[in-house]
Formats: sequence, structure tokens, C-alpha cells
Amino acid sequence: MSEQLDDKAVEDVTIDPQAQADPLFAPQPVAGKTRDWKSFPAEEKFQQPLGYPGPKPDDWKERALAKMDELRGKFRSFRVFLDICVKCGACTDKCHYYMGTGDARNMPVGRQDLLRSVYRRYFTLPGKWFPSLVGARELTEEVLDEWYTYYFQCSECRRCSVYCPYGIDTAEITMAAREILDSVGVGMKYTNEIIGKVFGIGNNLGLPKPALQSTLEDLEEEIEEDTGVKVRLPLDEPADVLLVTPSADFFAEPHIDGLIGYAKVFHATGEKWTLSSYASEAANFAMFIGSYENMRRIALRIRKAAIDLGVKRIIIGECGHAWRAAYSFLNTLAGPFDFLDPNYPVPQHICEYTWDAIQKGKLRFNKEENDWIKLTYHDSCNVARASRMGDYPGGQFDIPRNIIKAVCNNYYEMPEDTIKEATLCCGGGGGLLTDDLIPLRKAGGSPRMKALKQVREEHGVNKMAAICAICKSQFTKVMPDHGFAIDDIMSVHQLVSNAIILPGSEQEAERDGADDEREKETSA
Amino acid sequence: MAYEVNGKTVEHDEEGYITNLSEWSKELAEVIAKAENIDMTEEHWEVVNFLREYYDEYQIAPAIRVLVKAMKKKFGPEKGNNKYLYELFPYGPAKQACKIAGLPKPTGCV
Repeated sequence: MSEQLDDKAVEDVTIDPQAQADPLFAPQPVAGKTRDWKSFPAEEKFQQPLGYPGPKPDDWKERALAKMDELRGKFRSFRVFLDICVKCGACTDKCHYYMGTGDARNMPVGRQDLLRSVYRRYFTLPGKWFPSLVGARELTEEVLDEWYTYYFQCSECRRCSVYCPYGIDTAEITMAAREILDSVGVGMKYTNEIIGKVFGIGNNLGLPKPALQSTLEDLEEEIEEDTGVKVRLPLDEPADVLLVTPSADFFAEPHIDGLIGYAKVFHATGEKWTLSSYASEAANFAMFIGSYENMRRIALRIRKAAIDLGVKRIIIGECGHAWRAAYSFLNTLAGPFDFLDPNYPVPQHICEYTWDAIQKGKLRFNKEENDWIKLTYHDSCNVARASRMGDYPGGQFDIPRNIIKAVCNNYYEMPEDTIKEATLCCGGGGGLLTDDLIPLRKAGGSPRMKALKQVREEHGVNKMAAICAICKSQFTKVMPDHGFAIDDIMSVHQLVSNAIILPGSEQEAERDGADDEREKETSA
Repeated sequence: MAYEVNGKTVEHDEEGYITNLSEWSKELAEVIAKAENIDMTEEHWEVVNFLREYYDEYQIAPAIRVLVKAMKKKFGPEKGNNKYLYELFPYGPAKQACKIAGLPKPTGCV
């Protein structure tokens, strides 16, 4: 019945096409529109390696409430966020999943209330005495099911928290909800299978060392074919710098071009660097499911690899949430890192490294190599809103752009309210980059796509760059629906790779030869 | 969740990847391909066979880049490119071709 009414309500609203083209357009709310968009649940074999139970135990309700009690005691923020909301409505139209689906449960406050209502019923006095007066409700199978659905329709991008006058962070509530769900055997297949692979093999992909070694050798060959220079991609070799990068950089497009870019930068600066087969993953999916224990287990792999290889510095590749996990949590999860060189940040971002090298004049570029590109840049949520780069606020916005502008002549920004701290999620973050959530990913990606189309129309932008493995993979799936090609999403270090002139390379000979010619011409 | 091949059932997961890799056969590949709306041609088999050989050696599917390079070496540039592979396997050579080749799905940020 309510479904029918809702559908009618939607039909009755005539939407101005101009409003619809607005990246931040928010539709009328519809209850339960995406209630059937569910990801595959994790079987017992995917739960067990993470220390979670398999099928839901009989006493699931007691366990869930005990977990909630534990979390509200452990994390003061979680408790404050549940207590403090005044229902002002500032967040309601700020979530890309709400903008893309119109489901009222995808309004950040709607999402929070799924858990807040249960918290009130069991952990606040008014909720215990007068539940119906304060929106408190029992924890039932239906409620648990609703949690599973809608807490896996949040990418933990934190855009809503920017607009909340109290700074309520829905991502933290989502993480807590997922941890509660896991603790009663209701896990998500995509995230949990992947975390198990990190424990077993060392990376999300399940890429064993011989395969990694062979891929890296292939890339070395490719770089030599393109430049005439032997650029190494060392694996498990003693070095000064350990590069930890998302395993997608060894596998997917355009990620792998970014990896080639890092290798060229290290080669040009003469850095002694290495990858590790043991810590062959920068991503930390345990953050997505709010599991401190599993997050720590993954982070400790980086520490062990750094010690075993005797490095002085740790650098993280292009990966959004990995940078949050590393920048904000690595030290508390796996520190102290007193064995590393204190003259460098622990950890350091590859963009910080490259920008530093550019400023010191260590890299030479031919920007014209990127002249066929009209570029815009997508700020990835975890870099933009959950971390920093450089030594001042906003460095995480400037440094990637500084690099881009050093290697690219044609650069254009998307609308102001869709970039930097207001950036829109790609639609696939937070553990949602799975094929079983494609409709959600496409809907959630649509606000970003509208902003992109705006700069395509205004400036002829034909490529977008990002520094996050998830964003890149997500955009290869979403952009083709909007008239872009699958390779119109690029790695920032792919642009660097295109433009860099390696010492002793064919590009250098060509360039300097050309300069000589020009000099001759001008002198004649 | 299972495929039927010559009166035998072969279990698969929610997305159609077979759960016991040793149960793969050429006949099964044809069945999986049909479920994916793909008619297996010689060109499809070239890719599937390479994936299986690579998997035998490395216990994982190759990166697209590696696949493209290998195809180029073996069959020339008109078959060694992304576009060609996506024409054969519209849902992506990594995932769709792996499924038909009876290999596990590549996971992670891919």
C-alpha cells in the first residue's frame, strides 16, 4: 500500500530538467525504494578467518546488544553521535546515495536512526520507559535485516558530516553497525572474503608472490620498450623505501599505469625502493567493517615488512581509504615506528614524495605529452575528509593538483560544491565495490557524473584523474553510461608517467635533440 | 545453484563462478558462456585457454595488461588489445572470461 502511494507521489512531481542536471539535485523521498538492493552475505568460511561466527546464533539478539553496549563504552564518539542529533535536517540531501536513489533511509539521518532507535530503546531511560514517544524500537529480525541492507548502502564517505552542525559522522555509525552485524554472523561476502585473502596471501586480490614477481618483470620490460631505460620494480629487496600500494595497482587498469609512474619517479630520483610480497596491500578493508582487531592485523603486516626489509621510510601508493588507515591509524595500530628515519613523515604519500621531488627540481617533464588531455580531478573521499598531505590544512587538495599542473597543461575544476571537502563519493567506496551492488553504485555515482558532464560541456574535459584504487575501478564501470570511455579515468601518476623524461631515455634524446634543432633555428 | 552438464551438476556461487575448480570441462565452459550470453568461438577459446595456462602456473588470473601482452605476442596486435578483449567478453575479460575458464573471481578494488 505504502509502496503504491510512494510511486504515485514520485510520478506527480514534475522535475525541471535543468534541476536534474544539477549534480546536487535531490529527489523527493520515497520509503523503501532500495530495500531490495542487498549484497551477498558472507558464508561461514568467510566469517571464520576474521574471528566472527558463521550463521546467526540463537542468542543473536543478546550478542548484538552486548556488542552495542561494548562499542558505546569504547568509543565516546559513537555514543555522542547517537545522543546528539537534533533532527535539524541539514544532512538530508547531502548523501550521493540519497541523491541517486531517493530512498529516505539513505538520508544520513535516516540511516543513523536505524541504529539510534535501537540504542534508545535499550540504553536510554526515556527509551526504556516510553519507547513510542522517543522513536525507540525493539531489536528484531526485521530491524537486523534493515541494518544489513542500509548500512551496506553507505560508502562511509563522510560528506554528510561536513554539513552536520554537530559533526555527526555517519561513517562511524555505519562502521559500528557492520561490526555488530559481523559479531552475530551477518557479514558481507565482498569485504570479508577479501580480508581473509590478505591474511592468507597478503593482498585483496589473492596475488601470490610468483605471480606478482612475473607481473613486475613484465612491467619492467614494457617500460624499457617505451623509454629505452631499465627501470626496476624491485620486490622483497633490501631498500630505503618500502612502497605499500593497493594490489589493484598490480592488476587493474588504469591503476597499473600509476604503478609505472611511481617506478619512473623513484628511478629518476635515484631512490632505493622496494615492494613487499608480504605487505602487498595498502588497502585495509577491516576499516570498512569497523573491526579494530582485523584492522590491526592488516596494519601489522606493514610493520613486519618494514622491519624485515630494513627500510627507513614507508610510502603509500594511490589508494583513498588506505591513506586514511595509514595516515590516521598506522601509528596507533602498529607503532611505534621509531626504527624509521624521523626526518620523514610516517607514513608518507606517494604524492607528497613526487611533489617534493618536483619542487627540488629532480624530475623533468614534457607536458606536451599530455596536451591531448583536458583533465579534471576527482577528490577521493578518504583523502579529502579523513586525512591530510603535506604540513598544512588543505595540503591533501593542493598536492595532487600541484603534481597534475606540473605535468598537464589543460586542467579544469568541477563545480566548487562537488570538490575538495565537499567532494562527491565515486559511489563504490566503503566496501561497496562489488558486482552485486551495481544498481546502487550507478545511482550513487550519478551526482559525480553530472558534475563531470558539466565540465565536459563547459571546457571539453575528456579525462578525469583520481588517486584511489576504488574510485578508479568504480569509474571504469560508471563512466561508460555517461558517454565516456572505460579509459577516461586515469591515475595521477599515469599523467606523471606520460610526461616524465627519464635520464638516458629516448624521450630525453628526442627532447634535447629537438631543443638543439630549435636553438640552431633561432641562432640562424 | 548449479550448472547441468551431460546430466552432471556442477555447483557454482551466487555469481556463477564454479566452487570446485577441478570440475571444469570444455563442455561446462560452453554452458557457462551460454548463461553469460556468449557463443564460444575459436577466438574466445584462445583467451580462455591462455587464462587456464596462466592460472596453472600462478594460481591467479593474469592482469589485463599481462593478458593483452601475451595475446599480442601469440596472435598479433589485432588480438592483443583491450578493445578486442572487451568485444569478446563485454563484462570485462578478467571477470567474465575467468568465470568461463572455471577460475575464481578476481577480488579487491578491481
